[in-house]
Amino acid sequence: MSEATDLIGERRAVISGVGQSDIGRRLFRDPLELTIDACLAAIEDAGLTTADIDGLSTYPGATGPNGFSGGGITDVHDALRLNVNWFTGGLEYPGQLGAVINACLAVSAGLCKHVLVWRSVYEGSAQGSGGRAAVMPGGGSTTTSFKASGFMQWLLPFSAPSAATWIAMYAQRHFHEYGTTREQLGQIAVNSRKNAALNPKGIYRDPMSLDDYLAARMISTPLCLYDCDVPCDGGTAVIVSRVDTIPDLRKPPIKVEAVAAATHGRPSWDQYDDLASMPAQDAGKELWKRTDLKPSDVDCAQMYDGFSFITVAWLEGMGFCKKGEAGPFLEGGQRIALDGELPLNTNGGQLSSGRLHGFGFIHEACVQLWGEGGDRQVPNNPEVAVACSGGGPMASTLLLTQGR
Amino acid sequence: MRFDLPSPDNDTQEFWDGARDHRLLIQRCGACGDAFFYPRPFCPKCWSEDVTTEEASGDAILYTWSVVHVNDLPPFHERVPYVAAIVDLVDGPRMMTNVVDCEHDDLAVGMALRVSYRELTPEVTVPVFVPA
Ligand SMILES: [Zn+2]
Repeated sequence: MSEATDLIGERRAVISGVGQSDIGRRLFRDPLELTIDACLAAIEDAGLTTADIDGLSTYPGATGPNGFSGGGITDVHDALRLNVNWFTGGLEYPGQLGAVINACLAVSAGLCKHVLVWRSVYEGSAQGSGGRAAVMPGGGSTTTSFKASGFMQWLLPFSAPSAATWIAMYAQRHFHEYGTTREQLGQIAVNSRKNAALNPKGIYRDPMSLDDYLAARMISTPLCLYDCDVPCDGGTAVIVSRVDTIPDLRKPPIKVEAVAAATHGRPSWDQYDDLASMPAQDAGKELWKRTDLKPSDVDCAQMYDGFSFITVAWLEGMGFCKKGEAGPFLEGGQRIALDGELPLNTNGGQLSSGRLHGFGFIHEACVQLWGEGGDRQVPNNPEVAVACSGGGPMASTLLLTQGR
Repeated sequence: MRFDLPSPDNDTQEFWDGARDHRLLIQRCGACGDAFFYPRPFCPKCWSEDVTTEEASGDAILYTWSVVHVNDLPPFHERVPYVAAIVDLVDGPRMMTNVVDCEHDDLAVGMALRVSYRELTPEVTVPVFVPA
């Protein structure tokens, strides 16, 4: 730790409850209803009522293409008839969990006591049978032409329209620099599938072997179908509370040991210097300056897997292995298994349990620290967990510990 | 409906006009000498407004690539499989582009490339790269 303890404000924040709506590939339910289901579940989990909620925080707010957001600040504020003293919601965050970090800072600053934080999606239903074109800006129209402006004009005209391709290029560079193989990368998807089979809310729960993975069709080399997460419908919520409210809570809360959200260098999908990595390495470096804990103290890791290679960047960026050594670390898959040295994405991640867009990771970190994981519970009473969100130029991470 | 056409603005119109004329344009700062991309009216290193547009040499090194097999957006779905690539121009800046006229098995990080041009519409041409 290099930061003075009294400057680590996030330690005045705890996570007091988590909640989730139904999760499914395509639920065709009202998006705001899913959002509210998650919010009410989290409030109840904390032992609070809507009258206790005095802060709101969300990503990305009521914005983005069809399916991207199941409800913004105003939607939830009004639907729950809340009285709030502080709120924020937006898209320009350092990864989705930036919304949780904002909430930690708000309670730490004394602006409010209990912040309801959520992220909900309905991309599965929104895509329907129309594929991704149906959820792109301007999608669904056959008469107007979409025009790539801003930074997208340096990507779309060059036939690089999606994160699948950008991340695939990072993976290719990693393969080149460090000798990483598809067999090693594939362990992330195989591990997630194993864990999803133990999660009642998992979406893809049928067994998948490494051979199945290797035989899957290519999407954007070296990434195949199973390296890509699955669009879904569902909401996730967490309650961030101020540490002096602990006596009012239903159960011993999760303590926030440290947070970080750094991007050093150009904030860009194609202009970041080291594209065999990502700003995950910047956030990781900053996180460990704010705690005496070490990567070896972490009992389970929930790390963004919108594409499997993003998890590689987080594994290295968080210091769970040295830079460039994620391949050997993943080899055989034993280290990241439920009973391994670093159980990874224990709910099945986004690869097998759906693109809850970052918030699935903090939900699962809390579930594991509370010992509520059921069949997928990490053995031996895990005490320290990380939740990491974001890929490309966005990165946010929280280090959480058991409160009891 | 197509998703591949740029919407140039004041800062970027010159780049797209240049591409249509088969010239790959970058910008250089007169104060500090830095060459940069994407185009902007001031230098992102020293913030001088003494910025001139120049034609890049057209030589580049392949930084990384991906063979795209699936993309359901038009018109990319008609082009698969194709090679998306990030290249480092020998002049300095890095850019997203495509590698064309190259067997996929021959792609290699570090390979020398040379600029070429592909017309999307009568108004829009994109700089792409071929093996040097
Ligand atoms: Zn300059």
